Order: sequence, then C-alpha cells, then structure tokens
Amino acid sequence: MNRAAIKQKLVVIGAEAVSESDYAGKGFALDVQVLPEQLIAAVSVLDAEGFFIEAVTGVDWLGEQAALRKEAEAKAAAEAKVKAEAAAAAGEEPPVAEPVEQGELPEDVLEAVYDFNHYDALCRVTIRTRMVRSAPEVPSISQIYPGANWHERETHDFFGINFVGHPYLVPLLLPEDADYHPLLKDFRP
Amino acid sequence: MSAFAKSEANETFVLNLGPQHPATHGVLRVKLTMDGEYIVEAEPVLGYIHRMHEKMGENRTWAQFLPNTGRMDYLHALAYNHGYVSVVERAAGIAVPERAEYLRVITAELNRVSSHLLWFGAFILDLGGFSPLLYAFDDREHILDLLESVTGSRLTYCYFRFGGVYNDIDENFVAGTRAFIKRLRDRMPMYHNLVTKNIILMTRLKEIGPISAEMCRKYGATGPVCRGSGINFDVRKHEPYSVYPEFDFEVPVYEQCDSMARYMVRMDEIEQSLRIVEQALDKLPDGPVMAEKVPKIIKPPKGDYYHAVETARGSFGVRVVSDGSNTPYRLKLRAPTFSNLSLFGEACQGMLLPDALALMGSLDLVIPEIDR
Repeated sequence: MNRAAIKQKLVVIGAEAVSESDYAGKGFALDVQVLPEQLIAAVSVLDAEGFFIEAVTGVDWLGEQAALRKEAEAKAAAEAKVKAEAAAAAGEEPPVAEPVEQGELPEDVLEAVYDFNHYDALCRVTIRTRMVRSAPEVPSISQIYPGANWHERETHDFFGINFVGHPYLVPLLLPEDADYHPLLKDFRP
Repeated sequence: MSAFAKSEANETFVLNLGPQHPATHGVLRVKLTMDGEYIVEAEPVLGYIHRMHEKMGENRTWAQFLPNTGRMDYLHALAYNHGYVSVVERAAGIAVPERAEYLRVITAELNRVSSHLLWFGAFILDLGGFSPLLYAFDDREHILDLLESVTGSRLTYCYFRFGGVYNDIDENFVAGTRAFIKRLRDRMPMYHNLVTKNIILMTRLKEIGPISAEMCRKYGATGPVCRGSGINFDVRKHEPYSVYPEFDFEVPVYEQCDSMARYMVRMDEIEQSLRIVEQALDKLPDGPVMAEKVPKIIKPPKGDYYHAVETARGSFGVRVVSDGSNTPYRLKLRAPTFSNLSLFGEACQGMLLPDALALMGSLDLVIPEIDR
C-alpha cells in the first residue's frame, strides 16, 4: 500500500485537493476533495487499489457562506482600523474606507462524504464532494461498490441528495412515503 | 413435482419474512420472491425501529449523547461507548489515564464474550436446537452480574466518560472475573462437544451461505463476517486503539467463506477475549480512572474526526464534525451490521429458505444498530 502512489493517481484524475492529514489527530490518512463529475473516476482508483467501502454520508453546510462573509468583513474592518490608527499616529488624514462590493451571497452547499479503508494496510481515504443545496446531485457509485446502494439510500433519506443512476432510490430507514429530510439544518418537524 | 425442485416455468410468489419473526432477531422484514423453496430475490426492508440517533446527536451536548451509544448495539454497548468517547477525546485532545484504558478493555472484552454467547444461543435456536441457548444464557448471566457490579447496569451500559471511566473496580470484580474465565474455559469443550461437533449442525452450516472475500470488500463487510472469508481484518490489530497493542492475542481467520467459518471465528474469539481480559487483570496499573482537568463543557476545535473500534459485529466508526460549539455539528455512526446485512440480498440468491436463515443467523444481526 503506497499512500503516495494513490495520492498521485487521485491528482492525475484532477481532484481539486488531495491532502495527507494527521492520522493520529484526525482518524483518516487522505482527504480528497473532488467535483461531483470526478467522483466516479476517484472511486474507481480506490476500487482498483482494493479498498473497501466504509460509509457514505452527508453534511449540510447551511449558513456557511454567510459565516464566511461575516468573517471576511470582520477581518477587513480590523485591517481598516489598524490602517486608520497608523495614519493618525503619523499625523495624516485617515484614509477613506472604500465601500466593498457586496454581491449576492453564493448558495450554501451540501457535502457528500465517502469513507474507504483497506483490509491490508492502514489507509482510510475520505472523499468529499460539494453540491449546491437547491439541486444536490451526484453520480451514484453503486455500480462500482454495490454496498454503496444502502448508504446512498440512507443519505438520500437524511439529506435529499439525489444519487444519479441509483437503481432504487426509495426510503430505506424513513417511512416509505417520507418526503422530508431530517438532517438538513433547516428541517422543522 | 417436489417443492424442492426448481420449476421450469417462472412461477414465483412473494413471501414476507418478518417484521415479527424470531429468526430475524428483532424487527427486520425481508421480502422474499420464492420459486418453490428457492429464493429468487430477497429485499431486506429496514427502519422499523429507526430512532434518528444522528439527529439526536445534533440536539444535545457532546456528553449528553453518551447514553445513546449504549442503545444502538445493545449487545456490545461498551464498544459503542468506546468508539464515541474515543472520537471525542481525539477531537478535544483529552488524554486518558492508563488504568482507565485497561478498565475499558477489560469491560469491553467481557461484553464481547457476553455478546458472542448470546449470538451462539440465538443462532443455534434459529437452526432448531433449543437447549444450547439455556447453557449460553447461564454463562452470560455471570458476565452481566460482573458488569452490573462495576457499571451499574446490565445491558445498556454507559460506563465510559470523556477522559476515563465512571467507576473503579474492586477486588470482588477481579476475583469474580478470574473465576468466570476459569468457568468458561471449562465449559467451552462442552459447547464444542455438544454443538460444534454435532453432525446436524455441520450439515446445516458447512458450505452453506458462501460469502467471497471480494463480496466482503464490495459491500464493506467487517468483523467475523469478513474473517470467516479469509480476510485478516480486526480494528484492534489493524488500527490499534486504547491499550490493545499491549496484549498478546490472535485474530481467528477461517478461509472456508461459509456459515461454519463465521461460527468458528466467533467461538475462537471468545477464547481470545478471555486471554485479553486475563492479561489486562495481570498487568492492571494503579492510578486514577479519570483524567484530571477534563473541561465540564467540551468544545472540540473545528474540523472533522473519525474513530473506529472493533465491536462484536465488526468495525464501528464514528465521524464527528465540530463547529467549535458545545454540540456536535454532525455525528455519523457507521454501524457494522448495516454493511454486513447489505450483502444478504446478493448472497442468498438461489438458496433454500432454511439455508438462508442459517446465513442470516451467521451474520449476527442486531436490528437497533442497523436502523439506529
């Protein structure tokens, strides 16, 4: 099991980011960020290397974009304050703060998280892919790993993520007529 | 025409197995499409006791979720305790005193033996043998008494805390455990004579319900299911946690891939767990059982963390996402039997119905853990 070789293969297929994480602190060895259309290629790499599927799940990042903007604004305000103080200390006119262009907030995302592990070597690989909340679509990997079938159904139950190409995307754990997704952060029972 | 002969014409009927059926170990429903006595298609239907533990995790503080962990796999609750406290300790950077880790291993391994004993009794019951269940429950009762004396409960344990365990053991527990180890070692040959070497059991299990190693990989099977298919994978050795590296124990692996192999793996694991408990009692260090200065309100730094432990049924993993607040942002529970059962539909195609029940029993299902 060569971690560097796997990393290289994932970089070749164009994964957005492949980083080695601190195993003792995090519990996984490789953290891979891909676009939804690269997912099949990335999973195929792991399949060819003999990985087994551990789990598929989702994370709802509702409010993340607003939080990021707030953080950026706070940072900009702090910088402006420092500049103004420096200018005042030098006896100059404080610079006029330029109004920052505030466009529409980008849409929040849902994240699908795939965990893979290897029977022979300690190498947990986490693949993440992000999609907009209004149209959460990602290709199904159940053709490669039949075990993903149930995991994807469960994730669809909880988050409403649409796994395109899934053979049987009906509720698994929720009632058969369920049309709600309880793990979305804006879900109200 | 005999019902056992496969019919030429496509005459099938649908048979509902469960949700209230003793052989499905709880409320699992399997929709079977049958051709006579042969299974054409099997579709497990889940969710009858789904309780949304993952949402509950997002609604309470890190510590308040602890009792939930004992209510998923109620047969090996301490391993679930262990998985959850370990991931939070990893996230929040809490160091655990060595004595506490030893106590965790001792109690979790005793719990594993009690889980395997219950599986043994229930499995033979599935196959039509009633009395082994009573023998197994007799032995299991001793473990429940021992664990009750130290944890305060008999089934849904909540004994581990962030940074240690809630209660220290006393001399009675040590003496009682040593006596129990001797007792069970004396009884194991009886189990093997009574059950394992029984010709009826062998015929019911050998070459029945084959699960190949490749199938295990594609479905993510872990625990005794994959070890019965020749895969040497045990989280305690593969991804060592707690103080397991300090003990000398083996991982039983059988190559036959059939129900008998999975049976033998669990029977051998009982002895290995007893070995671990024995060594842990011998080496048990002195010291505190709780770390000092564990913050009352836990706020792990932002990020996501994973921790896996080996339960009686396989690899249980917890993935937590923390946003730095006092409640988990996301809590994913990876239940081993969920993956193990997902291969049942493919594995039982073409099997006779009673053989499929033997295969299902050999998977050691605990439905509350699958449904969560």
